[in-house]
Amino acid sequence: MTHKTAPTENHETIPIQFGQGACCCGGACKPARNPRAGFTFWKKGGWLILALPLWFLVYHLLLPFANLLTIRVFRLDPTSHLGGAVAFFLYDSPKVLMLLALVVLGVTFVQTFVSPERTRDILARRAGAWGNLLASLLGIITPFCSCSAVPLFIGFVRVGVPLGATFSFLVSAPMVNEVALFMLLGLFGWKIAGIYALTGVSIAFLSGWVLGKLKMERHLESWVLEMPFNAQAAQDYRMSFSDRVEAAVQGVREIVGKVWPYILVGIAVGAFIHGYVPESLMARFMGKGAWWSVPLSVLIGVPLYSNAAGVMPIVQALLGKGAALGTALAFMMAVIGLSLPETIILRKVLKPTLIAVFIGVVATGILIVGYLFNFIL
Amino acid sequence: MPVIEICGPGCTRCKMLAERADAAAKGLGLDYTLVKVTTMPEIMARGVMSTPAMVVDGVVKVQGQIPSVEALTGLLAGTK
Repeated sequence: MTHKTAPTENHETIPIQFGQGACCCGGACKPARNPRAGFTFWKKGGWLILALPLWFLVYHLLLPFANLLTIRVFRLDPTSHLGGAVAFFLYDSPKVLMLLALVVLGVTFVQTFVSPERTRDILARRAGAWGNLLASLLGIITPFCSCSAVPLFIGFVRVGVPLGATFSFLVSAPMVNEVALFMLLGLFGWKIAGIYALTGVSIAFLSGWVLGKLKMERHLESWVLEMPFNAQAAQDYRMSFSDRVEAAVQGVREIVGKVWPYILVGIAVGAFIHGYVPESLMARFMGKGAWWSVPLSVLIGVPLYSNAAGVMPIVQALLGKGAALGTALAFMMAVIGLSLPETIILRKVLKPTLIAVFIGVVATGILIVGYLFNFIL
Repeated sequence: MPVIEICGPGCTRCKMLAERADAAAKGLGLDYTLVKVTTMPEIMARGVMSTPAMVVDGVVKVQGQIPSVEALTGLLAGTK
């Protein structure tokens, strides 16, 4: 399914044909000086020049195409339960996957300019609340593999980044997920994306600040501070523009290739909600009136481990059926931001008290966001 | 004889870096040893903060990234 919809796979053949055509036109044109140079340009990411406009064209044709498929091919009424669910699935699967590919392309490209080492050096020079704010903002864009959460934590603490700022960073990184942020922008507009970013940064800032004030250093596992560690400068390896583009394309391949099954499951759940769950039921369980719906959605969200892209279609369906915005956002943040696997990794460096405080502070922050937005909107 | 160390707990990204470093070193015709460093204290002892990382003769060359084989060839070329 991805092979049909992901623009990266779909249009890969175009530049290759183009490259060959340019140097094989019946001998009429002069042979290029170095045919490999042109070929490398197209192969290294030049094909994006052609693929991007095509992306926008295809993206705008998805809705009529999905409706056509539902009505003419499957012979279903889009207003019926099954027809609604099928139309939702047919429209959302290519849409979410295409959007994800574009977002990952842009985000990975920007991230080639940022590294955890640079972030660490910036944060090590600052103390107090500004350090926390900066850490929360840098947490959004700094790339790091979840399996390096432990070395990252130690590296930060050992070069003198305050524990509070380190926590601001660690809360902000999963809470304001850069991919989720731009997917929200694409699916729901700038208002919801803005609310998401602003509240996430606020929670990261406040929770790191509070944890810093609580003087939690003694709750670190002792080996963290005793182990020999010589901080290394950011690497000496410089990237050219085409290397960055290549890295971005590689990022799309890796991420989309890995997460598409989660996304399809998420869309299937979303499609079921869209087609079968009656609005009255949704209003009772996730509407503004039900005060307990916010904590409940956080409780449901924590053990669910999904990536940012997988939870989007579910949020979309929930909102469409009349769930309150705060409740839906709280659910999404709990799924993305508080994950059990990451907590287990962090347990290696933090004593149980600190882990409990960490989870408690983040969960409280999410609850506050949920109630706040149900109240003001 | 350069010692090339690949640091990382062993996820797919670390394996990818190891494969590319191997290809680059082979391409240069280096007489090298490739070692995988997988435990946290050992990784930290090399000063590495983000994985995957490539350490050549004790010097961190790559951190948290997977450069192309060509770029790795460039990094390894000076270590003969």
